[in-house]
Amino acid sequence: MESKHESNKMMTLHLKVWRQKNPHSEGKLVDYELNNVNPDMSFLEMLDILNQKLILKGEEPVAFDHDCREGICGSCAMVIDGNPHGPQKSTTACQLHMRHYHDGQTIVVEPFLAKAFPLVKDLVVDRSAFDRVIQAGGYISVNTGSSPDGNALPIPKENADLAFDAATCIGCGACVAACRNGAAMLFVSAKVSQLSLLPQGQAERAERVAKMVYQMDAEDFGSCTNMGSCAGACPKDISLENIARLNREFMRSMISGRKSYPNRKGGASEGSPA
Amino acid sequence: MTFNFDSKSPTGPIEDRWTNHRFSSKLVNPANRRKHSIIIVGTGLAGASAAASLGEMGYHVKSFFIHDSPRRAHSIAAQGGINAAKNYKNDGDSIYRLFYETIKGGDYRARESNVYRLAETSVRIIDHCVALGVPFAREYGGLLDTRSFGGTQVSRTFYARGQTGQQLLIGAYQAMMRQVSDGNVDMYPRREMLELVIVDGHARGIIVRNLITGELEAHHADAVVLATGGYGNVFYLSTNAKASNTSAIWRAHKKGALFANPCYTQIHPTCIPVSGDHQSKLTLMSESLRNDGRCWVPKNLNDTRMPSQIPENERDYYLERRYPSFGNLVPRDVASRAAKLECDNGHGVGPSKLAVFLDFQDSINRLGEDKIREKYGNLFQMYEKIAGENPYKTPMRIYPAVHYTMGGLWVDYNLQSTIPGLHVLGEANFSDHGANRLGASALMQGLADGYFIIPTTLTNYIGGTNLQKVTTNNPEFKEAMDSAKNRINKILGIKGNKTADQFHKELGHVIWDYCGMARNKEGLEKALKMIPKIKEEFWNNISVPGTGEQLNQELEKAGRIADFIELGETMCLDALTREVSCGGHFREEHQTPDNEAKRDDEKFAHVAAWEFKGEGKKPERHVEELKFDYCHPTQRSYK
Repeated sequence: MESKHESNKMMTLHLKVWRQKNPHSEGKLVDYELNNVNPDMSFLEMLDILNQKLILKGEEPVAFDHDCREGICGSCAMVIDGNPHGPQKSTTACQLHMRHYHDGQTIVVEPFLAKAFPLVKDLVVDRSAFDRVIQAGGYISVNTGSSPDGNALPIPKENADLAFDAATCIGCGACVAACRNGAAMLFVSAKVSQLSLLPQGQAERAERVAKMVYQMDAEDFGSCTNMGSCAGACPKDISLENIARLNREFMRSMISGRKSYPNRKGGASEGSPA
Repeated sequence: MTFNFDSKSPTGPIEDRWTNHRFSSKLVNPANRRKHSIIIVGTGLAGASAAASLGEMGYHVKSFFIHDSPRRAHSIAAQGGINAAKNYKNDGDSIYRLFYETIKGGDYRARESNVYRLAETSVRIIDHCVALGVPFAREYGGLLDTRSFGGTQVSRTFYARGQTGQQLLIGAYQAMMRQVSDGNVDMYPRREMLELVIVDGHARGIIVRNLITGELEAHHADAVVLATGGYGNVFYLSTNAKASNTSAIWRAHKKGALFANPCYTQIHPTCIPVSGDHQSKLTLMSESLRNDGRCWVPKNLNDTRMPSQIPENERDYYLERRYPSFGNLVPRDVASRAAKLECDNGHGVGPSKLAVFLDFQDSINRLGEDKIREKYGNLFQMYEKIAGENPYKTPMRIYPAVHYTMGGLWVDYNLQSTIPGLHVLGEANFSDHGANRLGASALMQGLADGYFIIPTTLTNYIGGTNLQKVTTNNPEFKEAMDSAKNRINKILGIKGNKTADQFHKELGHVIWDYCGMARNKEGLEKALKMIPKIKEEFWNNISVPGTGEQLNQELEKAGRIADFIELGETMCLDALTREVSCGGHFREEHQTPDNEAKRDDEKFAHVAAWEFKGEGKKPERHVEELKFDYCHPTQRSYK
């Protein structure tokens, strides 16, 4: 990996961090200068250092969500210099390392903002809308204890691999934060794709997509205008192909669905044939 | 305090024990189940699967978790796989073999009945997860693929690239969300359990803090299930997620639940080495990599050449040399100690000299880079991001790191602690892995406990117990609430000069240095003098800015560290008392001439369970003797 500087040379950074006490108060970007930033640090470790400094001065540290710091839990969520999770492709903020920055650089850190993700504090937002979309139908209804042998139903490797690619979504919300409409199409399409590609998901295939799309709209996620910023920002490289599949699944459901679903005005995407 | 130390382990032929036990367990009529409420704390594999299966049965489940979504729990980060005795590979596997290898891998310190049940249940877990839509790796014929893990010579590990934990957890999360949708499970996100509430000797509720508003809430139920994971973060640096903590089980311990084998911690052999003081956590490189990677160090002392410059005859493939029959796939405790020994002897590599090579060149030459990418792509990518080196071109540098804790709250065969009504699942209990866990067995245990065991055993408890009506107006709730409130106010009132992280690092150094990969009497005694000093300073000098009536992440951290400090002391005490080596507990005084752990089955074939006796008092050690009817303890050999 190419570094933009000599390794182990400590850096000084100018940070502009979004500070907001609670959803009702005014927020603003606050300037901080941070010395002795080690290029081997992760971005979150750099924020840890800032927070330690603030606490020792008696100030409140910057609140941010994080947990596994391995790029898999989907907790960390911040917009770095205008990009959700920062400038590096296929990388969550926790896996972004300071070796990609240079001494004296200014970095702007803001929360994931979207209508469906209300702000909680500083860089923390509420992404529970995603849970409600899954709750609406993002599962296969089998009770524990009733399953046939795991090898009873062969799944062509190609389908299994495609389903897997969709299933790697970590539910971080970068797709929503990157979208100028605040749409959740990439997130929803990943789950719909995974389950509709597998034979186990067939029984509820038509109903699932309809329910998830209705819930997505009810949560105030925006509409899709096929710009593709979501896929560009996705740390797990979830492909736009999934959105195409979502549109097809939605149309299929509307035509072939035997149950009546709640009324809905348009199709899944603006401009899509549904 | 009184407790029943009966393991309730069934007798008779081992293959019939679970079947017979299920038959003799009490049932609850489906129409009555909805009248019973169950609190589950934690939504990892064990907690989410328990919420799903108990919800499916019709119980009213209340699920509490510290994250914003159940899907964030740390099971998500498990990489390698999940064991199941399917024998799909026709390579001689069986339930009995999985049982036997798990007992042996745990260095003969687990209960036979529990482990056999785990092996028996393993095959149903795979079936259920496939039905839930978990995209396991498949072969070209469309059937499930498997790979090998440490401590076994069969291929029984099912996997989903290097993200098996993620896929299994999302499966359990979705099953749980279906129950939320059906109204059987209520979710309480961003809530941290601060107290267990006991009424008339039975676990009947919890006090939680709403992490967003700071409000303390009381919740009552007919039973409480803790599935809150392990306590590896006591070391500060570990592969655990930052929020993983011991508080729920530690608070239950202080209310009377015995804590079993606290010193049994697993140091995982293959992690990315520490790069500096700023490091906040360590990252695992899955054990599955040892299927295709070879561990080696330079034969010369202090060799600083690039690995590619070191010719084959100057490399020591030390695992293959020392353990010719298991080679790179020896169990974790053995592989970790071997790496430490090489580094201690001056063969370590990299800037810190605390690393060995894990080399894929032979496999890449044999299978091609594409095949390796398909099997381990995300792991290689993660390594490159963190270490800044391309592992397809140059060997990984790895070193052991804290990964898992085999110890935990003592439970009987029903997974019930010494407090009636308090059940403990997954890594939070001590039950199945003895003194060392084999790879790909944690996912198996979490899901076995949650999907298949707790539905039977909790029903047995509810069906067989005369539960009095309890509401949060009972005085016990107010007492617990006051105690939680006082503790928070005390922490906030100190306004000292040291941060929670500073205390945590200090504690971590002590535990790692004296209760880590190798332990001795002198060191443990030293640690037992140092930890009370850290505790005293903590309660006089911690600095937590802000108030309790808001999102306050420093307050959360401080509360957890206070518990880690107390736990650390009990760990050292346990390690000191256990004058023997076994599995992950390596006492330098007790080793064989070729540096293997030397057990003493006469004196130490037991579970040590500690009872809390009050603040500042020495906990009392109780003993559950282990009986081996099938796997007779012998010196463990992987040569």
